[in-house]
Amino acid sequence: MKHYTSLAEIHRDMDAGKINCVDLVKGYLNNIAQNKDLNAYVEVYEAEALDKAVVVDEKIKNNTAGKLAGMVVGLKDVLCHDAHGLQCGSKILNGFESQFNGTAVERLLAEDAIVIGRQNCDEFAMGSSNENSSFGPVQNAADPTRVPGGSSGGSAVGVQANTCLVSLGTDTGGSVRQPASFCGVLGLKPTYSRISRHGLAAYASSFDTIGIFSKSVEDNALMLEVIAGADVYDSTVSKKPVPTYTTQIDPHKKYKIAYIKEALDSDGLQPEVKDTMTDLIERLKNDGHEVEEVGFPMLRYALETYYILTFAEASSNLSRYDGVRFGHRSEKSVDLESMYKASRSEGFGKEVQKRIMLGTFVLSASYYDAYYTRAQKVRRLIRDELKALLSNHDFLVLPTAPTTAFKIGALTKNPLEMYLADLFTVPASVAGTPAISVPYGKDKGGMPIGVQAIANDFEESKLLSFSKYLMN
Amino acid sequence: MKIDNKTLEGMAHLSRLNLDQKDVEELKKDMSEILDWVEKLDEVDTEGVAPLTTMSHEINAVREDKTKPHLSHEKALKNAPKKDSDYFRVPKVLD
Repeated sequence: MKHYTSLAEIHRDMDAGKINCVDLVKGYLNNIAQNKDLNAYVEVYEAEALDKAVVVDEKIKNNTAGKLAGMVVGLKDVLCHDAHGLQCGSKILNGFESQFNGTAVERLLAEDAIVIGRQNCDEFAMGSSNENSSFGPVQNAADPTRVPGGSSGGSAVGVQANTCLVSLGTDTGGSVRQPASFCGVLGLKPTYSRISRHGLAAYASSFDTIGIFSKSVEDNALMLEVIAGADVYDSTVSKKPVPTYTTQIDPHKKYKIAYIKEALDSDGLQPEVKDTMTDLIERLKNDGHEVEEVGFPMLRYALETYYILTFAEASSNLSRYDGVRFGHRSEKSVDLESMYKASRSEGFGKEVQKRIMLGTFVLSASYYDAYYTRAQKVRRLIRDELKALLSNHDFLVLPTAPTTAFKIGALTKNPLEMYLADLFTVPASVAGTPAISVPYGKDKGGMPIGVQAIANDFEESKLLSFSKYLMN
Repeated sequence: MKIDNKTLEGMAHLSRLNLDQKDVEELKKDMSEILDWVEKLDEVDTEGVAPLTTMSHEINAVREDKTKPHLSHEKALKNAPKKDSDYFRVPKVLD
């Protein structure tokens, strides 16, 4: 099968009678089989996707097909899909089946998207390398000895390896943007609350955002248009009308763009990533954009703030996994407390257990103010500073990650170094603003580099237009 | 902040987790390092700053006070490790 990079291209070939949904699904299933070693999928819905393809082909023939007819989608293993498995990459949910569709999934299906499988990720979305999954690590398709990034590693590789056209991941501190950067695909984290979180297994609820991986800007815009917006099942979701993002993509606008010199001078920034940013800034100036160096002093506190708050929220959210109503229950239970403890200790992986205990610590009576409340205050200062910056500029541009994809196993012994992989993605998560990672060249070893643009709340259209310009 | 055995055991209990003795040293080391690292926030002057407690842009989300079916009994019990026809079953709580 041809390597398709957009739904428009597929539609053109469909109109010309060159391909139909059944051929398309067969093509992707074949690519999944050939890339099995990458471990991007934890389950592939072969028969079901083929059946659905027949139905969608019929609808296309009758002119009754939805907006996403011909769109073959992968779902990160944290999104509820009715009567399908859901495990969040964890043993604690072995055998769990969703009893309903999450809102985003429901909206995709209603527009005739075909779900091809469920994709591997770090356990409960906690990780930056996709090495913390009970299904084993995912490999980067550009170099299988390297990580795909995390936590939505399987979803990034799914698109990278041409096993689906788009995938839905989730981004809590960079879990869509960082793997998009490592795998050379487009990765959007919309504004917090733009997309309903109903049916997204919670990690850190004040950060969790569904995000979209795609090869083309147009597909990303279309997916967002379909899944965003008000939802009775999520009281925090934004009720702002959803723009028709697909009609607003304009790569010719001129912008006022900020960059942070101290970020480009930071330790641990790979020289090729720095060079890419320097080249980008030159290009922006040459193309007539107004580019300005700015200060963002609070940036240096974003990572610490992010980790304190997400530890806390994770410890609270993951208390639901107690072996009572769903998930793993230990055989060793003699009473209620031993059942909780044994079930959770057997079911959760080490990184998750560590974060739960750290969260319990920062929320404990003696330390609550010193850690948790302080981090919430600093969060406000970070958001205020970033939003002030974005009230004077259209975008802040930053690298997506300090380095390109590292070797599998390279950072697993050093948790703090692993946390630094999120350095440039957490500011938008802490502030709740939208951000996108755009593939932008490769390093000497051929590994993809991503550049990131952050915009003000609900300015996804602007981000998509800018991405279109960057990718031209 | 140095995490000692007693604190670690306390956190494990509150988290409803059993500690594996072979992991204790590494956990103490990792958790102490991480807490030392996040204590960098002590440098920030937060005097008079209100904590940011919600990220939603909505002020209020109201709806009619009507009950609607969400999950059926059968579906809710579908993933239960142990159940009877109507209830989740757990080990005996009271003697």
